[in-house]
Amino acid sequence: MSAVTNEWPLWEVFVRPKAGLDHKHCGSLHAPDAKMAVQLAREVYTRRQEGTSVWVVKSSDITASDPGDKGMLFDPMEDKVYRHPTFYELPESVNHM
Amino acid sequence: MYTQAMDTGPKEERKAVRSAEEAQLDQRFEARIDEGAFIEAKDPMPEHYRKTLVRQISQHAHSEIVGMLPEGNWVTRAPTLKRKAILLAKIQDEGGHGLYLYAAAETLGTSRDQMIDALHGGRAKYSSIFNYPTLSWADIGVIGWLVDGAAIMNQVPLTRCSYAPYARAMVRICREESFHQRQGFDALLVMMKEGTEAQRAMVQDAVDRWWWPSLMMFGPPDSESTHSTQNMRWGIKRIGNDDLRQKFVDATVEQAKVLGVTMPDPLLKWNEERAHWDFGPIDWEEFWQVVGGHGPCNRERLAARVKAWDDGAWVREAAMAHARKQALGEQAA
Repeated sequence: MSAVTNEWPLWEVFVRPKAGLDHKHCGSLHAPDAKMAVQLAREVYTRRQEGTSVWVVKSSDITASDPGDKGMLFDPMEDKVYRHPTFYELPESVNHM
Repeated sequence: MYTQAMDTGPKEERKAVRSAEEAQLDQRFEARIDEGAFIEAKDPMPEHYRKTLVRQISQHAHSEIVGMLPEGNWVTRAPTLKRKAILLAKIQDEGGHGLYLYAAAETLGTSRDQMIDALHGGRAKYSSIFNYPTLSWADIGVIGWLVDGAAIMNQVPLTRCSYAPYARAMVRICREESFHQRQGFDALLVMMKEGTEAQRAMVQDAVDRWWWPSLMMFGPPDSESTHSTQNMRWGIKRIGNDDLRQKFVDATVEQAKVLGVTMPDPLLKWNEERAHWDFGPIDWEEFWQVVGGHGPCNRERLAARVKAWDDGAWVREAAMAHARKQALGEQAA
């Protein structure tokens, strides 16, 4: 079996669909270096004008939250409804603010 | 393109004895599946679910890559520059689809090299349809119409697969696949409507050869499918083989009328009561022969894959060596 170390490193690809929008994660690919990763991202993820700009980041450089911490990290926001504008009932005449 | 009977792998013994902790994890997982939740890469999942997905996604990826070979056979002989450009774009798409799928499988903890090794070593399967030869230009059109058509029918339900990275890859693939089917039908339509008698006969001949293998792409009948029940339960599969096959027959029989070709099945008949087309028995013996490695092109396809991989080794190594050298240079500077 081929050793894993022979593989080109894994990169995450982010594409900006058009000017004015955020770059969005769209997938990953293997490439030997950043320059090649950009080139390959263009071939793989923008064959139909899906993008106007590409970011690539080495997957190993991404720090992600632990799925096991999902409850601890994100559930506390559940009871903070006062953070949303719809929480406040205002008189009809000023309700557009 | 192309998953098919990707559940044709060997039956696996499931571990009978599990720890209490494992049983609890499994229970929580099943509950999430019942809620219709998506499973992400780092979420806990039963080992059997992981294994099933690695097998299915990697075999699906292999199919995309091997699927480039029968079409590549016609790139230099496409009848016009337009058709050549279309064919090249389609083949490039297949390569891209393979890549999306390999990436999805890698999220489950298998490496690209391991998957490629399994394919080249004959331990992993790919869709049996690619073990048939592309004898004429009409075959390229028929592959688009019938083979990609069958693939789309198989793949659309997979966009709702419980494993989210696979489902996301399938959304992208299905979006691109529609072009594949339409360009195939278009190529055939030109030959049937504007072509010579010989060209029309060529199209009919291609339909005759690809019809039954296309029906086999949906896999064995549900009653004989080894993994169907569990895969349905886990939301890896959403619609049964038989239902998908019927849907495909119903759709393509109508399309054949527009083309002016007939399907090579004397038993094909509209059934008023069922409101479906009845069709003749499928030669499953042939299917298992091809799956088992004895199709017309099995050896040739695999040899071409291995050769391409081996011939490209120096490029992969040189690119990596260059990258390492550049990185060292930057460190020193």
